[in-house]
Amino acid sequence: MADHTATDTGHDHTPGVFQKDEKVHGYYHVLGLALKELLIEKDVVTAEEVREAIELRDAISPATGAQVVARSWSDPDFHLRLMADANTAVTEFGINMGSTVLVAVENTPEVHNAIVCTLCSCYPRALLGLPPSWYKSRDYRSRVVREPRAVLAEFGTALADGVEVRVHDSTADMRYLVVPMRPEGTENLSEQELAALVTRDCMIGVAVPNAPQT
Amino acid sequence: MNVEFAPGDQVRVRDDYPPGHIRTPVFIRGKTGTVTRVFGEFGNPELLAIGRDGNPKKTLYEVRFKQCDIWPDYDGPGTDTIDVDIYNHWLEKL
Amino acid sequence: MRAPHDIGGLPGDAIDTKPHDLTFWEKQVDALHVLIGDDKRRIATRDENRRYVESLGEDVYNTLGYYERWTAAMTRQLIEKGILTQDEIDAKVAEIRARLEAAGEIEE
Repeated sequence: MADHTATDTGHDHTPGVFQKDEKVHGYYHVLGLALKELLIEKDVVTAEEVREAIELRDAISPATGAQVVARSWSDPDFHLRLMADANTAVTEFGINMGSTVLVAVENTPEVHNAIVCTLCSCYPRALLGLPPSWYKSRDYRSRVVREPRAVLAEFGTALADGVEVRVHDSTADMRYLVVPMRPEGTENLSEQELAALVTRDCMIGVAVPNAPQT
Repeated sequence: MNVEFAPGDQVRVRDDYPPGHIRTPVFIRGKTGTVTRVFGEFGNPELLAIGRDGNPKKTLYEVRFKQCDIWPDYDGPGTDTIDVDIYNHWLEKL
Repeated sequence: MRAPHDIGGLPGDAIDTKPHDLTFWEKQVDALHVLIGDDKRRIATRDENRRYVESLGEDVYNTLGYYERWTAAMTRQLIEKGILTQDEIDAKVAEIRARLEAAGEIEE
């Protein structure tokens, strides 16, 4: 294969825009590249800033949120701080929510929370990284507010009729984090071991964590 | 002027359809719910969306709706709910 | 009376939960979107960006992929804010297309 590895790791403005084996399909893809090159040529952004923004995004993953949940499970004082003012509480993990307001909602034996943004794709990106594709999909956004139990079942989550399913539609500046219930039989686990049980889907509320198989 | 509501107040969402950028989803317009939280004052997204500074600010509320009040044929327990964050100018006191 | 993005409660199909790793192109669009809205540039706010996405029209909104919609919205923003012109964009698109075709990096 010809040598067309991304050259924008250099400091020039050469538009080597692809990772290997990534081909461009259609007008909008070329358009996106054109915007980038023009904005760099006009000094609106620099190639370095684009690269840094990508690296910043790549550095945030659901593991960050999982640490917050695990701390909340094992430290009652942190739990209170998280529920009262999540933006301040997560600064203990170096997370800055920017102009958004993080709201932690807690699952209990009576209430199960699930999060959606029906109008666009609001998501606690500073805490969990970029949302999964399904979260942004038409099918999830349209259906989860009308048939949440059917949608949760598609994720393998079945809830008893006695549990209130509470769906939060993030229509404003609030970004929601579901704090799942700590699984039974995890009393002896360390915070790190607990964090490993908390998946992204648990923090969106379409799944629940399970105790490790013994 | 911001109409103030308190947690526990019954409110109805305006059943209006103005053009423009609106953060009140169509599926709850005209529906009745209960204020569960007051989030405070935020820039008005309808103005922010057209490049203004968002003033005057609007009070933002969390409003809880019963699924069966939104969807008459809701296929689940009557206790299931949906919370939506709504600015005060989209709410009317009952 | 429903705009194309306001879809809560509409019927839909089963959720496709397959994981999808973002392509480098998608990450670049995401980065540009972050940068033009940041405190240094303030070219467009989050709400302005949403308005542009919502104004693409129903066919465009429903046909384009997520980051394609963002690309389309950013293009309109940058033109309307006087940062770029349509002529510049057209010329750059043609230039990149030619470059990619020569390198065998484009598929139609």
